[in-house]
Amino acid sequence: MIPSLGPRRLLRQLAILALPALLGGCNLVVLSPAGDVAQRQAHLVMISTGLMLLIILPVMALTVLFAWRYRAANRDAQYEPEWSHSTGLELVIWSAPLVIIICLGALAWAGTHLLDPYRPLARIGPDRPVVAAVEPLEVNVVALDWKWLFILPEYGVASVNELAAPVDRPIRFRITSTAVMNSFFIPALAGQIYAMPGMETTLHGVINRPGTYEGFSANYSGAGFSGMRFRFHGLAGPEFDAWIAQARQADATLGRTEFLALQRPSENVPVRHFSTVDPALFDAIVNKCVEPGRMCLRDMMSIDERGGLGVAGIDAVRRSGRDRDTLAGRTTTMVTAICSIPATPAQRPVPAPIAQARLTGAGLRPQAGPYSRPLVASQLPPRPES
Amino acid sequence: MAAPSELSPIFGRLTLDALPLHEPILVVTFLVVAALGTLLLGAITWFRLWGYLWKEWFTSVDHKKIGVMYMVLGIIMLLRGFSDAIMMRLQQAIAFNGSEGYLPPHHYDQVFSAHGVIMIFFVAMPLVTGIMNFVVPLQIGARDVSFPFLNNFSFWMTTGGAILVMTSLFVGEFAKTGWLAYPPLSGTTYSPDVGVDYYIWGLQVAGIGTTLSGINLICTIIKLRAPGMSLMKMPIFTWTALCTNVLIVATFPVLTAVLALLALDRYVGMNFFTTELGGNPMMYVNLIWIWGHPEVYILILPLFGVYSEVTSTFSGKRLFGYTSMVYATVVITILSYLVWLHHFFTMGSGASVNSFFAITTMVISIPTGAKLFNWLFTMYRGRIRFELPMMWTIAFMLTFVVGGMTGVLLAVPPADFVLHNSLFLVAHFHNVIIGGVLFGLFAAINYWFPKAFGFKLDRFWGLVSFWCWVVGFWLAFMPLYILGLMGVTRRMRVFDDPSLQIFFVIAGFGVAVIFVGIMALLIQIGVSIRNRARLRDATGDPWNGRTLEWSTTSPPPEYNFAFTPIIHDLDAWYDMKRRGQEQPMSGFRPIPMPRNTGAGVFLAAFATVCGFALIWQIWWLVAASFIAALVTAIGHTFDYDRSHRIPAETVAATEALRTRALAAAE
Repeated sequence: MIPSLGPRRLLRQLAILALPALLGGCNLVVLSPAGDVAQRQAHLVMISTGLMLLIILPVMALTVLFAWRYRAANRDAQYEPEWSHSTGLELVIWSAPLVIIICLGALAWAGTHLLDPYRPLARIGPDRPVVAAVEPLEVNVVALDWKWLFILPEYGVASVNELAAPVDRPIRFRITSTAVMNSFFIPALAGQIYAMPGMETTLHGVINRPGTYEGFSANYSGAGFSGMRFRFHGLAGPEFDAWIAQARQADATLGRTEFLALQRPSENVPVRHFSTVDPALFDAIVNKCVEPGRMCLRDMMSIDERGGLGVAGIDAVRRSGRDRDTLAGRTTTMVTAICSIPATPAQRPVPAPIAQARLTGAGLRPQAGPYSRPLVASQLPPRPES
Repeated sequence: MAAPSELSPIFGRLTLDALPLHEPILVVTFLVVAALGTLLLGAITWFRLWGYLWKEWFTSVDHKKIGVMYMVLGIIMLLRGFSDAIMMRLQQAIAFNGSEGYLPPHHYDQVFSAHGVIMIFFVAMPLVTGIMNFVVPLQIGARDVSFPFLNNFSFWMTTGGAILVMTSLFVGEFAKTGWLAYPPLSGTTYSPDVGVDYYIWGLQVAGIGTTLSGINLICTIIKLRAPGMSLMKMPIFTWTALCTNVLIVATFPVLTAVLALLALDRYVGMNFFTTELGGNPMMYVNLIWIWGHPEVYILILPLFGVYSEVTSTFSGKRLFGYTSMVYATVVITILSYLVWLHHFFTMGSGASVNSFFAITTMVISIPTGAKLFNWLFTMYRGRIRFELPMMWTIAFMLTFVVGGMTGVLLAVPPADFVLHNSLFLVAHFHNVIIGGVLFGLFAAINYWFPKAFGFKLDRFWGLVSFWCWVVGFWLAFMPLYILGLMGVTRRMRVFDDPSLQIFFVIAGFGVAVIFVGIMALLIQIGVSIRNRARLRDATGDPWNGRTLEWSTTSPPPEYNFAFTPIIHDLDAWYDMKRRGQEQPMSGFRPIPMPRNTGAGVFLAAFATVCGFALIWQIWWLVAASFIAALVTAIGHTFDYDRSHRIPAETVAATEALRTRALAAAE
């Protein structure tokens, strides 16, 4: 050991090393993001913290003060061993946190409704409402073991572990997963939402500053989890068009067969682009029926909703060894298709944005998710006979 | 891994490949553990302690001894859980700039899963249960718990669960799913190995113990209170223990059920939690958190009780606002069932559902805040003695408020959307669990140790442990708060961004300081045993206590109280001392006490073997051990000779000894 490097010196050096990193080097992306939604979420973080500090700081100060003032050695301090009740004080004790929580609760209620990830954006920044003519960019997100697939149906292209979006245009993500649960998160853009197999979640966001940002899975999903990261590019209009053009130049195309190859587990996957995409693919992924001959969840639910098939349904279940299962040496049960209802994403209701002028979430109509059923049966879209 | 068709009729899935001979870290760990284990077993044999341990401890139905055994189990498991923490911190501190670190995913993922499971189920739970077991009967003036045999059985079931989890280290592997084992990741498709099975059966075996111990303590508190001790004259620690055990009895069956469903999914392909045949993993997440959120209150409530007792004792003052403290505890108990969804706001529930759970979560902070103020005003106009338990309490008050604040922040759904699953979350729950539960346990250990063993713990090493823990905690977890705000998520094994490394290095340094704190705790216990003559407490009341447990000798006799005390006041012992109550000198009567029995040890052993056989699918052994357990249980019901009488002369002699000791101390 070098004699001059005592523990104290080492500590000081560590402190010197740490200081610039702590002050300047770190990028608190959660508190200073580049998208309006994340920005408003960051504001809520700051305001809530401020509100709570109103009560936390006095409590901490009083703790230290009382501990010092009433130490046993201080015989000047008053000592009242029997004093244990004061209605007035108790009233303050209960009402002070209550007042803070009422404020915070109101803030949380309004914030939760206004920043509901399912709700389409009404603004792209402070005092910048969304122009009615602008359709949000739809991005279909699929979490695979262990990479991200992004499909841009408007442009018919797809990419793995890379995403680009034009600046100041609202984005609507439709998110699912093939295998296990993940969480889709681009901190600079908007909060996260889970990606779950056989289910679809929605997230709305907008990127306001051009740049390259980090995206990743925020929910542990197995061995390749650490490498499940991607770059998100916020691009100005022409650059975004160039990115699309570049994607269209790619050799690969994405159909069901290619997807089945892609979904095999792989780690630290490099960026890939697909020039064309099967338009029905995403819906098949959500319904877990990309493999030929497999019944879609949508159809299963539809049959179950009408009372199921009873004993006859058992015939439709067969044991199959899929790739992954063969790997594990096990077989799982799957249902083979016996009828099919065409996927009709166009029929799904897209909720209307709300006026952002309102400060409270009260009176907002509940959101219709993609699978939420209308209340009246007659509102169901007609089902074609198979 | 063997497919079902390759199942050996004798060994099930168990083959020699299950031994991790190819993993040097595990081989070295095994050799060290084996060497230390042999040394320990050898020492016990050499000093001929087996008979003593078996008769006086393992088969004991004395709540005090069982309480101490729970504490020993918790501290041993703390060392294992903390080793996992060191490994994680080291991996995250070096896995930068293209380095893969030193742990492959296969190993790292087991480490963080095991860390969470062990720290919650086999460190915090045994320590909390141990304290309750030791203190509650003494505080309410009872001679033992309601069901002494059940108490012994519960302890051994908890130990059985711990043994199963420890076995996974050297035979097979542990879950690679995170501590709550969400499906589909924990289903057979993505976790075909035995790891998740170890998780399921380890927790099922331990869970039976926890549930039974909960029932036992509820009965004890409801039925065995000394005459005059109405509910509103009950010591506040007993109140919090009652609420915690109500929570245990109401929530642990949910855990048992959800793990049973997961087991059915894995063993017979039921598809409860897979989407393939109409199941839904969201159901698992909901169910496990319906248990999981009350669980954190199960852990913290008794420690709130400890802080109350400690503050009142060392301020030399009645507890401020006892009634509101009781109501706050009850309100927390009820509300803790109504908040589970805040663990997954990001699952895509509607805004109204999220808001509801956000607000119920925030409402919990009102009674918690009221408690904090009550401790504050207990100190106000007191005479505060800064003994170790009080120092832990003040450190708790200053640390816990920060954890509480970040917790309420995470309860705001839009804030949670950007902080969920980040290192900010990790920092938050360590802030409340270390700053709340662990600090409270250290306060409790320092506070009640003299009662259990008759001598105080060494102050110097206690202070070393205290400062290392407090400083180490802040060093280890403040960087994690910052990293969370930088958008760093948890359970990552390698990192790209080199600017993050410094924070992980600081956190690693903090863990090293905590390590010194843990070592200091062990040294503190060792030094205190060596200097026990000097640290002896002859009075049985070393802190000028206020509750009944301080009215007996230290350690208390087997029967706790020669005469059942009669309660007139909330601070019963303080009241007796004030009124100058005399120690009764005559009129002793024989005391019937429960007899020790080995049935609990055997039952738990069979249950553990059954769990092991289920994990490896050794079906004949499953059947054999199950039947053996059943036969033992039925056999035990025919054991009618379950109590013995302590003769009046023995009681008189013991009490006379105490009177002499008291006179000598004065």
